[in-house]
Amino acid sequence: MSGITRRKFLCATVIGGAMTTLGSMCGKGGKAWAAGSFEGYPEGMGVLVDLTRCIGCRTCEAACNREQNLAEPDLPFTDQSVFETTRRTDEDHYTVVNRYATQQGPVYRKIQCNHCNEPACLTSCFVNAYTKTKEGAVVYNGKVCVGCRTCMVACPFNIPAYSYSSAINPLIKKCIFCHETRLKNGRPPACVEACPQEVLTFGHRKDLIKLGHERIRNNPGKYVDHIYGEKEVGGTGWMYLSATPFDQLGFDTTLGNEPIISNVKDFLSTVPMVLAIWPALFSGIHLLATKGKDHDGDHGEDEHIEKEEPRP
Amino acid sequence: MRAFVKMGQLVDSHYKKDGRKRWTLVEKLFLGLTPQQYIMQALLNPVNWVLAIIFAVGLPMIAGRFFFGLNWVTHSSNDYPWGLFLGFGLFGMVPLSSSGFQLGTACEIFGRHDLEPIERVGLLNGLLGYLFAVIYLMVDLGQPWRLPYPMAVAFGPAAVLFLVAWHVATYLSVQVAEVSTSFFEWIGWPVGKQGVRKITLGLTVAGIILSTLHQGALGALFTYAPGKVHPLWYSASFQWLHFFVSSLPGGLCMVIAVSTIARKTMDWRCDDRFKSSLDKLTITLAKGATMGLATYLTIKLIGIAHDNEWSYLATGWGAWFILEMGIGVLLPLALFSWAIPRNSATIARLGAFITVLGVVLNRLNTSMICFNWKLPYREIPHWRELIISITIFAIYVVVYRFILYRLPILYAWKEEPASEAVTEPVRDLRSPAYGEALSPLPSYREMGNETVTANSYSTAADLGSDESMRRGL
Repeated sequence: MSGITRRKFLCATVIGGAMTTLGSMCGKGGKAWAAGSFEGYPEGMGVLVDLTRCIGCRTCEAACNREQNLAEPDLPFTDQSVFETTRRTDEDHYTVVNRYATQQGPVYRKIQCNHCNEPACLTSCFVNAYTKTKEGAVVYNGKVCVGCRTCMVACPFNIPAYSYSSAINPLIKKCIFCHETRLKNGRPPACVEACPQEVLTFGHRKDLIKLGHERIRNNPGKYVDHIYGEKEVGGTGWMYLSATPFDQLGFDTTLGNEPIISNVKDFLSTVPMVLAIWPALFSGIHLLATKGKDHDGDHGEDEHIEKEEPRP
Repeated sequence: MRAFVKMGQLVDSHYKKDGRKRWTLVEKLFLGLTPQQYIMQALLNPVNWVLAIIFAVGLPMIAGRFFFGLNWVTHSSNDYPWGLFLGFGLFGMVPLSSSGFQLGTACEIFGRHDLEPIERVGLLNGLLGYLFAVIYLMVDLGQPWRLPYPMAVAFGPAAVLFLVAWHVATYLSVQVAEVSTSFFEWIGWPVGKQGVRKITLGLTVAGIILSTLHQGALGALFTYAPGKVHPLWYSASFQWLHFFVSSLPGGLCMVIAVSTIARKTMDWRCDDRFKSSLDKLTITLAKGATMGLATYLTIKLIGIAHDNEWSYLATGWGAWFILEMGIGVLLPLALFSWAIPRNSATIARLGAFITVLGVVLNRLNTSMICFNWKLPYREIPHWRELIISITIFAIYVVVYRFILYRLPILYAWKEEPASEAVTEPVRDLRSPAYGEALSPLPSYREMGNETVTANSYSTAADLGSDESMRRGL
């Protein structure tokens, strides 16, 4: 009896362990990956957006459309009627400008992928389709994307869009900082180059933070004393200066400074614990619960009836 | 159906009533009826007509989704990337399928053999729930043919979904193995069954691990969206616990619900052991569900207290939250607490159905209704999305019924035909309280508990005494 239970205990532990070895890969991997926080590549590029300078000409939208070969829009880029509704990025618009009515008059705000230091889309992707390049861009590999759209759920800025219209090859569509055509070669993205108002300043992220704070200091009372994106969700490549409080311009000011993945660590840290403790715990409970009871017949003693009965 | 079963013979062993002829596989598939009888009973069943209408409308739409793309069946929302297929199909079906590991644990780990008559319903419910959650997922994924990618092509090990993918895939195979014992009995391959039996304990422990982690992981998926899920449904520290703990009563109540429906609609398939013990088992499961619900209620409140979200309760969202908790948790808790001391299986069943709805409502709230609460609009699913969801659920019902009709889930498989010593027909001999009294023929399941072979029994009395010995009387 005792020999059988010991054997069964080992059997349970080994099989239980074996069945979840594959699972443990992600547990360990998840921990290792999530440990520490990544502050961005030292030479990472970024863009400082000065909202006080934007006049809503939509030249950046047009430049993006050309550069990325996106579909022709229904209305020309000079049409101002689009400002009547608040728009978001979609499969044909990697960047859009929205207008917000404030006490100081209309304020225009360009949105696009903010190219986070520690992107939620990247950390939530189970096929690792996203990459944060050393130049600072968050790029996407459509060849491995399964289309679960968790990155869209995870993005705190609601940026990634999906080409739902395609039946055979739907993909995530978002700004990639013109990585392939420009950033890789040290050139600024198309929207920055096209902006006639110098709203967008392209440069090393760490220099842009200095520049932003200088502008705030040199123009007392003009700006809100905050660079949106300097610290938000672990820091973003694209950052904003504004004269109007950010929450009045559709910015989410409740995101906090922790990268999104920090929220998930509570769960990820339970994974190795469960994998390590459960097999022994439940095999142990099994031994206690069935001690002294003739339970073993259910599994383990089947060798007694292994031979097939002769047919009558 | 019942009338037709009377015309033919019930397939519950390899041998026909005369004890000589073996059932062929085709005969087993036709439930012992002739093909004409089988088609006749299918046509006479009004449920089949409803199903036929659903399939006539829904199946072309599922095909259309793959030809015309997701934007043909959904609103192609970039703000609400997850709709009904995941909100209901994945997040709703998976917690209702936790029954497999719970009943497996109770019977195999905790040694609760009194739950055995319903264990297989629990296991099958788990398997089918997961299987159809994956089918919902396949419809929803942009490129479902790439589903194996996280296993073979590209790895994103930091992602919670990576864990879900691996665990659901592994757990599905564990569940196939667990349910396969019934299939091996039915098909008549005892070697396979005994092989699986030997690793039952390991499979069960693996089931607990995988279930704990991926039930929780589905909740943890929403911790990627801290600003999007309404704070009352969101908790960075407790999200995975909320999902895991609510899946426990969800799974148990789903077994109560399924067994209730099975008892009502396929009475002929349930054996006396199942029928006589069902009320008692329902109360036992309800006890488990009550503890689960009470724990869930507690950690929900702790979750709110932990993040100090009490003020949200005074808002419209709070009213909706209180309604969800009131109907989905407090009402069934009250019904169970009334029913359990009074042994009222009927009220317990009512509570179970409400709990199932409550768990699904919680998942819909988290993934759709209270998602993007800061955005000014709610996404109402496209009508085709709704129809496809209903169609897949109908396929689930059909597959469920197909298996329950055939495999020894609701009844125990009889290993041997009547031996020479027992001359009377088997079915007349069987006493109603099968589990308590003697059984003329040891079932396959019982066989495992005996240390002697079935053929060594010469009389029924012999077996009766042996049976009582086994039960420690």
